[in-house]
Order: sequence, then structure tokens, then C-alpha cells
Amino acid sequence: MSGSDEVWKVNRERDGKRETFESNLPKKGPIGEALAPVAGFGVSLRNFFRPTVTEQYPRVKTPTMPRYHGRHQLNRHPDGLEKCIGCELCAWACPADAIYVEADSNTPDHQVSPGERYGRVYQINYLRCIFCGLCIEACPTRALTMTNEYELAGPTREGLIYEKQDLLAPMGANMLAAPHPMVPGTTDGSYYRQEVTGPVDEQIAWVREHRPSDPTLPEHRVDAAATDDAPHQVRYTSPQHAAGERHEGGAV
Amino acid sequence: MTATADKPAAAAVETVTLTIDGTEVTVPKGTLIIRAAEQVGIEIPRFCDHPALKPAGACRQCLVDVASPGPDGNLRAFPKPQASCTMTVSPGMVVNTQHTSEEADRAQKGVMELLLINHPLDCPVCDKGGECPLQNQAMSHGRPESRFVDVKRVFEKPLALSSEILLDRERCVLCQRCTRFSKEIAGDAFIDLQNRGAQQQIGTFDEDVLDFDGYRPVGAAAVDESGKAFSSYYSGNTVQICPVGALTSAAYRFRSRPFDLVSSASISEHDSSGAAIRIDHRRGTILRRLADNDPVVNEDWITDKDRFAFAWQNLSDRLTRPLVRKDGELVETSWPEALAAAAAGIKAHTGDDASAAVLVGGRVTLEDAYAYQKLARVVLGTNDVDARARAASDEEQAFLGSQVAGTGLGVTFGELEKAPVVVLVGFEAEDEGGVVFLRLRKSLGRQRVVAIAPYLTRGAQKLDASLVPALPGREAAALADLPEDVREALSQPGAVVVLGERAAEAPGSFTAALDLASSTGARLAWIPRRAGERGAVEAGTLPGLLPGGRAATLKGAREAVAQAWGVESLPTAKGRDTAGIVAAAAEGAIGALVVGGVSASDLTGDVAAALEATGFVVSLEVRRSEIAEAADVVLPVAPPSEKSGTFVNWEGRLRSFATAIHTDAMSDHRVLDLLAREWGVELGTATVEAVNAELAALGAADAGERPAAPKVKAPARSPRAKKGTALLASWHQLVDEGALQDGEPYLAGTGRAAVARMSQATADALGDAASVTVSTEAGAIELPVVVTDMVDGAVWVPLKSPGSWVARDLRAGAGAVVTVKGAA
Repeated sequence: MSGSDEVWKVNRERDGKRETFESNLPKKGPIGEALAPVAGFGVSLRNFFRPTVTEQYPRVKTPTMPRYHGRHQLNRHPDGLEKCIGCELCAWACPADAIYVEADSNTPDHQVSPGERYGRVYQINYLRCIFCGLCIEACPTRALTMTNEYELAGPTREGLIYEKQDLLAPMGANMLAAPHPMVPGTTDGSYYRQEVTGPVDEQIAWVREHRPSDPTLPEHRVDAAATDDAPHQVRYTSPQHAAGERHEGGAV
Repeated sequence: MTATADKPAAAAVETVTLTIDGTEVTVPKGTLIIRAAEQVGIEIPRFCDHPALKPAGACRQCLVDVASPGPDGNLRAFPKPQASCTMTVSPGMVVNTQHTSEEADRAQKGVMELLLINHPLDCPVCDKGGECPLQNQAMSHGRPESRFVDVKRVFEKPLALSSEILLDRERCVLCQRCTRFSKEIAGDAFIDLQNRGAQQQIGTFDEDVLDFDGYRPVGAAAVDESGKAFSSYYSGNTVQICPVGALTSAAYRFRSRPFDLVSSASISEHDSSGAAIRIDHRRGTILRRLADNDPVVNEDWITDKDRFAFAWQNLSDRLTRPLVRKDGELVETSWPEALAAAAAGIKAHTGDDASAAVLVGGRVTLEDAYAYQKLARVVLGTNDVDARARAASDEEQAFLGSQVAGTGLGVTFGELEKAPVVVLVGFEAEDEGGVVFLRLRKSLGRQRVVAIAPYLTRGAQKLDASLVPALPGREAAALADLPEDVREALSQPGAVVVLGERAAEAPGSFTAALDLASSTGARLAWIPRRAGERGAVEAGTLPGLLPGGRAATLKGAREAVAQAWGVESLPTAKGRDTAGIVAAAAEGAIGALVVGGVSASDLTGDVAAALEATGFVVSLEVRRSEIAEAADVVLPVAPPSEKSGTFVNWEGRLRSFATAIHTDAMSDHRVLDLLAREWGVELGTATVEAVNAELAALGAADAGERPAAPKVKAPARSPRAKKGTALLASWHQLVDEGALQDGEPYLAGTGRAAVARMSQATADALGDAASVTVSTEAGAIELPVVVTDMVDGAVWVPLKSPGSWVARDLRAGAGAVVTVKGAA
């Protein structure tokens, strides 16, 4: 007798012994039995007298939970240098292969992040991203975190591949846009230990010399006190990925 | 029939039986414990151990428990764990690795913790991250947590040893693989251990002892052991064998991660050794190339040119669409239009009074070379086809036809290594041989190397070679008149005479070498420089040679090939070589030229005039070269990484490679097949398989079909030189300004700066000038002088180094008489 025959026989024998199905729910009394056909309307009636839960999105935007996994953000050090060092650990960790990074060397004339290495190309493909957050866990410099922004839809596929300039955090009140040299006398370690708290005069002087019209220089900065959320209005968009084009549609 | 009777050779090896982790293993006597463990699949962590390097026992990571029988026959354990990479096996030995011995495991974890004390935690920025033996073995054999709480040792980083090789000392675990490689294998000891204790570090040498002798690299570089600025042609290997990220290359620094890369096995296109390489690419861009292990060819090593020179094919002047000249301008067009225009142009400009000719660079594959010569002979009806874009001679062609083509595997790398004596003629092993040099150096002390050259180069000195001085172009006389002891040494079995590509510039040298071989029994090896040279000889891409070594001048040979190709007859007129074709074209005798992969600056002829005077020029090129710019139709072809094919290395070994990066680019043989269709001819070279099937069907020539061996009389050994003139000696440096090294500034920085070398007597005659002007009627080159111990009456300049493009500027080659004048 083959194995499958054996299994068949055992199953048939077990079938013979099986008892008929009986519900575990408590049995209802006679009144309950009588009202059973209309009992379902009770749920509707009860909710007539409860507050509504309908969300008026997009007219009203409900705040997410604080740890909601939304769009990514590439953070900056307090002096404006980027935290991303282009190590690609996020890309390595990504189970959906949504992240693409290419690194390059920092040079004295083009210091983008503290240390020797920075991320020259940084792309996240939001058609692939599953918002699992493994990239955030992998990031050794806390460069990559997630915001609560969830409005990630668009009319084109290309538009949903976010480039580095789309992902970079807005400039803080005192930050000086990269590239510029590190704070003199510091190493990348000083940055990670949070010993750098903001741009120093040497850095400002360097930017003034190399990019006199940089909007993040103190003389060009809009007074932060006058417009409370001024930093958040600074958008970093490339010509191809203009904000309007991305979110309000348009031809492909 | 017994197994022992079958293998008498195996029984001769003395073996030792021991037990590793309870598994009995029998290995040859003298095997290291770590190797014996590998044989039974037991992995012991290691950093300093490398199978190609001598044991060092530097990193102590491979500690194992060992017990061996004492004099009384009882097992006696060593009191402490022993380094398995330095201890050889002994009979009855019992080895317990970390898998079975707690003591060994504890020792290994302790060593790992010590190694990691000063190792920075910068894996995210380190190029080795993801493929790092230290990273991997710290995970598998290290403690999960470090107990070290103090500040780690830091060094200034990176230290640039040369423009290409960067050293991050804080990552170093002092395994000394790099220093051992540079001393034992390459002979360029540029780094060594310095200081003691915690400050011990790999470092460079004191710059105060700088002793510039003309081997200074182009770029800035550290100083080596001998006090000379470091310029090694093999330095990239140290980056590959570094078990941590201490040595990195400037070209690949911070470019990528191993998991990004797709690896494809390939063959280097840079020299005739056919070294096995691994191409690592991402999204269709090559990021780096590494040495592949091929025990019979390049072992574990490749040259820096093989490793770093790959940027040329993706420069901005890369051709992707066919170009056709319209109203004097090259404009992009479609393939059908370009092919039709090319065929129409060739047809219109050739006839009874003007023939067509084909020039092929020495860089094409066997299949491409075959297609070029078949196009020339079947479609264009001419023997004017030559793949030697360099100095060439009829003597060389006769030698190649009678001795080299279709003879299969001749002298091999292994035989060259084992040869008791090697005589180098017109061949500078380090500059022109690539990994041939490393094989010769491997036998240092066991092999006698004799160089017939104007002077003993640094490369030859590293081989401990002796010099038979010869004026450039007069090597034949020196060969015929070898010292008696060398001649005697050559009669030992296995002796080899190596002829380089420059033997073609020394009249009579092939004849003399053949005479020498027949009188002493030495074997001959022809080692050309370019990767495609031997393949072109096999394919018959020479004016006087048909495929397989058949002479184009012999009726029988022609008929055999014509029958195989299914054509009535093959052209009978004697073909011209490269120089002949260029000269004829300049006189307007060539109606149409098909040129593939030739750098105009490699030829001594007036290429510009030739292109001007030729009615129609079709160029097959990867990039917009000088010749492509002057062509009427330019057909883009694939670089080696984007096609498959075969290089035949100097041994005669077929080195096939597959496509690494798949693009639309077509190989030369496919383009020529399409071109031939415009004449209604099926060339049969559409695919690599088709060409190889045809070559296999043709086979090698019969004895009666080969050309006769060369018989050329050598010129006098020392000509009478006029005052103010000298004989020009010149060859390509390995790293120079060749077209395949474009776009790689870091590599170019490791090339040697151009100098003019001459003997003290020659320099004295010029009035002790600091620099000289070497000139011919065509032009002049001015270079700083380095007085060298060399033959009088000769001046050496590099052939194509920065500021010294001999072929283009002097229109002369080695052996030519040049005017030498001292400058300020």
C-alpha cells in the first residue's frame, strides 16, 4: 500500500467520526429569537446618536500618529552640511530596492557633508517604497528619517522617483547651505557627537566669497522672526521636478 | 590494473597524514596547516595568509590548538595555540580549530578584539565595506561587543602613495600582504612597516634620500625603499589583496558598493598576456576591474593598466550612431544609409588604377581580425591588409608565418617561468610584457635572464638580468655573437629566446634567433605587445599571410582557402604592410581605405597626407579618433566590454570572453558582415560562432603551404655615427598616453615621466646639457637628460609618453638615426 493510500484511508476514517457543527455562541431567549431578523438595524440606530467619523480630506487634513511612516527626509547638521555620507546602507537594507545612491568624494572646494564622502546621487522610488522603515534603521548618521507627509501620489512615474533635492530637509533658521567647509578644527566625529551647533564665521565667510548671492547667508536671509515658519517655505526642487508639476498634475 | 600503476607520479610525492577537527587528511609534506584544513573544508579565519605569498604569521588570527607526537610517540600538545598559516604539517599531528577547541576559539576572539581596538568604525564610508574580510570575520569570529572604551589611534588620511594608491593607516591591521606583495612579487618595495608598538604603521620612506634617476612618475608619489619616487605597474594588486580598507584606489574611491555591482568575467584588452579580469559594472558603467585567478596565465595578478584603464570607452567622444560626410560635415545617420554610402564610396573610388586597402589596429579580437582580412581578400580583392599598426617587417611576417601562425600553444607562461635561461630580444618585460614580467620575477634566483638591449632597465634589474649591450636596431648582430656562456646556457633543456614586437625593427633578428634556436635547441617565443596581434596572425590579417599560417604567395595555399570560402580565386598581387599602405595612399595609389582601430599617432608614415590623398575612407571606431574625423563614413563598433570574442594571447592560448555589458553596439566582424552584403557577398562573419566554425574548418596550414623561414642578413653591429647624431632607442612604457588609457588621470599619474637616456660619453659630447632635443627632419622632442649606463651612440626616449610621441613627432622608430642637441 502506498503512502497516499494510507493517508486517504486515515482521512476517511476520521470523516466518519466527525461530529456535526454546533455554534459556541450562547443561545438566545425567545424574545431574542423573535427580534433576530431586525436586530441588525440596532447598530444603525445606535450610530445615529454618535459623533461622525468621516474625514473631510483633502479639505481638512487630519494629523497622523507621531511615528507615522511618511515620506523620507535627508537631514542636515546644524551648520547646514548634509548628514548623508552616501554609504548606501539604506539601499542595502531596502527590501523593495527602492533606493539608489551614488557616493563621491568631498573636496576642499566642494564639501557637502562632514568627512571624506557624501551622497552625490540619492533617489527614492515611491512606486516601490513600502514604508517599512528599514532604511531608517540602517542609516549610521541619522541622515535619513521619515516625515509624516503621506501625500505621495502623482501623474507620472518619473515624478515619483524623488531626487536628493526633493528629499533634503528644509534649511533651519541659522543653517548655511552646503557645500561649504566644515567648522575649523572639527572632524566628522565632532559632528556626530553634536558638538557643532551652527555655522561659524569662517564658513559664512567662505560662502560669501564663493557664492555671494546665496539666500542662506545672513544678509540675504528673510527675518525668521517676521515669518514664523519661514524655513519651511524653502523648497528644494530641481527644474524637472518643480513642486507644482509634481503635485498638481500636468502633461507627461 | 591498479590505481598506483596508473599514477606513478602521484606516488612520488611524500605525504603526511594528520587529523584536523577529528577528520583525517593526507597532504603533501610541507603543507601548511591552514591549507590542509582548506582541503577538508574547514575554514580558519585569516588576514595575512595569501596562497601566492610566503607565510608571515603577522596577524595571528589563524590560531589553532596543535598537538603532535613526541619522541616517545605520545601526543604532546603545544602549550599555546599556534598560527596555522606558518606551521607545516607533521605525521600524526592533531589539530583542533575554533570549531572543536574552546581554547582556539577564545584565542581567535582575543586576537580579533585586539585588531579591532584601533580599527575605526567607519565601515559606512570605507570602500571595502561589504566585501571586507575583517568585517566578515569580525562577525563570524569576533566578540559581539567591544570592551575598548578609550580613544582610537588616528592618522592623517588618506596618505597618497601615488596618484592612484591611497593608504588609510588607521584601518590597517598590519598583515603586511601589501609589503610582501611589493617585495616578493612586483619588486617595487614602496611601503614597509615603521615604528613599534601602538604606533606601528605601514609607511613610506624618507623623502630626504630622494635620488631621482629618471623613474619619477608623472604625478606626485611617495618615495620607495630605494629612495626613488614610487611608480609601480602592479600597485593595484595591493588594493585587491588588502584584507581591510587600508589601501584603496583613487579611481574607485567612494564610487560604489559591492552589492551594486554586477561582475562579469572577461579578458584584458591591454596586452598580449590575455590576463583574466573581472569587470564590475553598475547600470552599464564599468566601475572597476579586478584580477581574476587564472593559474595558467596571470595567477592572481594583473597590471595597473589592465586594472585601471577602462574609462576610454565611455568618454564623451564615444560613437554610437554611424556618421556619413555630407557637405564636408560628418552627420549622424541610420545604419542602412551609412552602409550603403560606405559601399557606394568604395565602389566608386576603386577600379583598375586604384585599389582598396585595409588597416587594422592590433587591438581587435581574433574574429574581428578574420573579418577584416576576409573583407579585403573576398570583397575588396586585395592583399593590402595589415594589423600591425607599428613598425613591421617582411622578415617578421615570414617568421610569423613559418613559426607562429597555426602552431597552437607554444611556450607557455609555466614553461617561461621554469626556463633555466631566458634571452630577451627587442622585449622589455616590465613595459611591454605586463604579467610576463611577474612570471619571470617569480623565478628570480632560479633563472638567468639575459637582455639584449641598449641598457639595463629598472625592470630588467628587478629580474637580476644581465645585459648584452646592443645598439637599437642592431640586436641581430648581438644575437649572432652571444657570449659563449650564454650560448652554452641556452642549450639547457627548456631555455627560451623571447622576441618582442621591436624585433621587427632590428633587421636580421628573426633570422639570427632561428639560427640560435637550431644550434642550441632553445625554444622561441614571440611576445607582441598588443592584445590582438597574435589573433591577427592566426586569422591571416597580414599582407602575406592567409588564415592558419598559409602563405598568400603560394598557389596551393590560396586555392585551399578559396575553396573553403567558396570563391573562385584570391588576389595574387603581393600585399603591402601598414607603412607601405600609408605611403602608397599618400601618393594617391589607394582608392579607398577601410581603417579599424588605428591611432594615427602610432604610425610613422604621414597619415594625414594619406587620408587626404585617398578618395574614400571608411573608419570603424569606438571613439572619434583622428582617422574617424577625416573619414567619409564612420561606423561605430563595440569596445571589448560590450562584445564577445577571443583574444589569442602570446602563448597561442585562446582567451574567449563574453559580453559584460549588453548594448546595441556591434562588433567589427558583424559590421563588416553587413558591409559585405552591400556587394551581395555573404562574408559569414555575422556571429562569433560562425567565425570560429570557419577558422576551425580552415585549420592550420600544411607544411607546404607555409612561407619560407626568413633569411635576412644582419647589418653591422656598430655603425659609424656622425657627430651630433645617435641611434634612436624607444619603446612603449606600460603606462603612457596610449589611446586605451585616455580618461584615467590617476593611472596616468603613476606612469613614468618622459626622459631622454644616454651614456656618459654621449652626454659629454653634448656638453653636459640638462636637457636635449632629439630631432629628425619631421620634428623634434625635448626632454630632460638622464645619464644611464648604456651603449654609446644611442639615445633612448619613451615612445608615447607625455611630451614624447616619437612616431608622430619624429616619424621614426627604433634604430633610426636622429640628431641630438643639448639644450640649455
